[in-house]
Amino acid sequence: MALKDNLHNLKEKFKGTKMAPVFGAFHTFLYLPNDTTNSGGHIRGADDLKRTMNMVIMALVPLLIFGMFNAGYQHHVQTGEVARVTSGFFSAEFWTLANFWVGFLKIIPLVIVSYGVGLGVEFLFAIKNNHEVEEGYLVTGMLVPLIVPIDIPLWMLAVAVIFGVVIGKEVFGGTGMNILNPALLIRAFLFFAYPTWMSGDKVWVAEAVERTKEIADGVIPASDAISGETVLGTLAQGQEVIYSTWDMFYGFIPGSVGETSTLLILLGALFLIFTKIGSWRIMLSSVVGALVMGLIFNQVTALGWIGESSKFYALMNTEFWHHLLLGGFAFGAIYMATDPVTASQTNKGKWIYGFLIGFISIMIRVFNPAYPEGVMLAILLMNVFAPTIDHYVVQGNVKRRMKRLKAKSA
Amino acid sequence: MGLLSKKDAKLITDPLADNNPVTIQVLGICSALAITAELEASIVMAIAVLFVLALGNVVISLMRNIIPSKIRIIVQLIVVATLVIIVDLVLKAFAYELSKTLSVFVGLIITNCIIMGRFEAFALANTPGKAFLDGIGNAAGYGLILVIVGFFRELLGSGTLLGMQVLGDPIEKTGVYAFGYENNGFMLLAPMALITLGIIIWVQRSRNEALIEDH
Repeated sequence: MALKDNLHNLKEKFKGTKMAPVFGAFHTFLYLPNDTTNSGGHIRGADDLKRTMNMVIMALVPLLIFGMFNAGYQHHVQTGEVARVTSGFFSAEFWTLANFWVGFLKIIPLVIVSYGVGLGVEFLFAIKNNHEVEEGYLVTGMLVPLIVPIDIPLWMLAVAVIFGVVIGKEVFGGTGMNILNPALLIRAFLFFAYPTWMSGDKVWVAEAVERTKEIADGVIPASDAISGETVLGTLAQGQEVIYSTWDMFYGFIPGSVGETSTLLILLGALFLIFTKIGSWRIMLSSVVGALVMGLIFNQVTALGWIGESSKFYALMNTEFWHHLLLGGFAFGAIYMATDPVTASQTNKGKWIYGFLIGFISIMIRVFNPAYPEGVMLAILLMNVFAPTIDHYVVQGNVKRRMKRLKAKSA
Repeated sequence: MGLLSKKDAKLITDPLADNNPVTIQVLGICSALAITAELEASIVMAIAVLFVLALGNVVISLMRNIIPSKIRIIVQLIVVATLVIIVDLVLKAFAYELSKTLSVFVGLIITNCIIMGRFEAFALANTPGKAFLDGIGNAAGYGLILVIVGFFRELLGSGTLLGMQVLGDPIEKTGVYAFGYENNGFMLLAPMALITLGIIIWVQRSRNEALIEDH
């Protein structure tokens, strides 16, 4: 246990100095600290913040690895080097080292920038304010690379991470005090600041942007161009979707790095529910909300209220349950909406909060002409309303009990 | 400052920092968010408010003994409206493009809380000379914040300052754009004006402990 001793010694050496939080953080990140409070009686639970965070990261790692394979697969399909997958989830065309390698080289820098910059800001604030470094960024840092387009420039990601951590979290007082989900705030910042890098048919496939530039400069012939529109983007433009429903379920479609595979997200959801980290109420109610909104839209088109000439027709006419497979809905509902800090805290509140997330997601998705996706904005909106929902749920409980009390004493 | 007594000088310097109408009193936020996407518009707005507030303060101060207190708000409104109409007409005559950019916000100077606030709180109770200095000071404090916010929003949002491309040409890819830099479209939207303003307040309060409120 030389490492543990070294870390412990370093921590002791810097005790009381400005740098103490830095060494304390490294120590507690790798090992459980021995220090305990020494007065009063305590119940010791195993589910501390560090365990919670680690569980979520474990649930995210499969998505990250799948994202690497998918990034390479999308790239190679567009260049024509690999045929489209036809034989199910374990198709040999998909799980190749060549695919993995392309994605690995693209995604690892995203992860490094996300963690490096984000933790850097956290450490700075911890040293400046003289408090311990909190674990909060460990999950955010993993979520961020999963919800951005693969071709996003690294410096943009760095700027967005600084914005998200400082404005989204530190100004409110750090982990556990934030109103908005920091990872979604980082994505929203990118979305509003650099819209050309967050939408369109170029950013979802590795190196598509680079190639477009090289074609413009005349370095490579125009026939080498690659592009890949997301399914939602295709629908919004009223074009034919080339992917099968199974492709959407398995995740063999273009999209943000980790959001495509509904199958793996479903497994992650089971894991989070089994370990009691994610709230099943929020997950279930947001799925219900999305289905209800999808059914309403389907009904509208079935009754002929919206004609085929309308630009909303294709998205409205999408079968209601397809919405669960498309875009970032599944990822958002499972990993982002259930963030315990920004979600509603009461059980009844969770039902309302989740339902409205699903409902509004699909509404924005259909009606947002510039960007056919809504789960990010829906969750951020409901983050803002979560405390209000909780307030009314609690007030409702108080009122009911007051009535009961009155009935008893009368 | 030989020209002004220490007390009079404070009338001008106080609103610039420790009693800034925007960052400390949090007044006039509406226009600070609306027109600061360009530095030029911010500067013109600052000058317009300087004119209206300084002159308005003097006029109100001169009339302070003859205004019946029951209708003083109406009188103040008439004074400020007259001055704002003058500003509006001057802008339309000599800087038409700019007056279109500022659009209704010139007219809305009438409702700027800083102006009514200074009329009520200062001009009604002080001599014209003092009221003039107070008007200059408060308008300058407002303008200073406007210009700072406008500077950052235009520089980061459009890559220009006063319309000049200081960071290079984004289409020709010269200057910093050659390295892949891109303008931050978010800076041009109102939320970033609010956040920029918030950061200014944050910096100011962290440098001056006396401003931190108890809670």
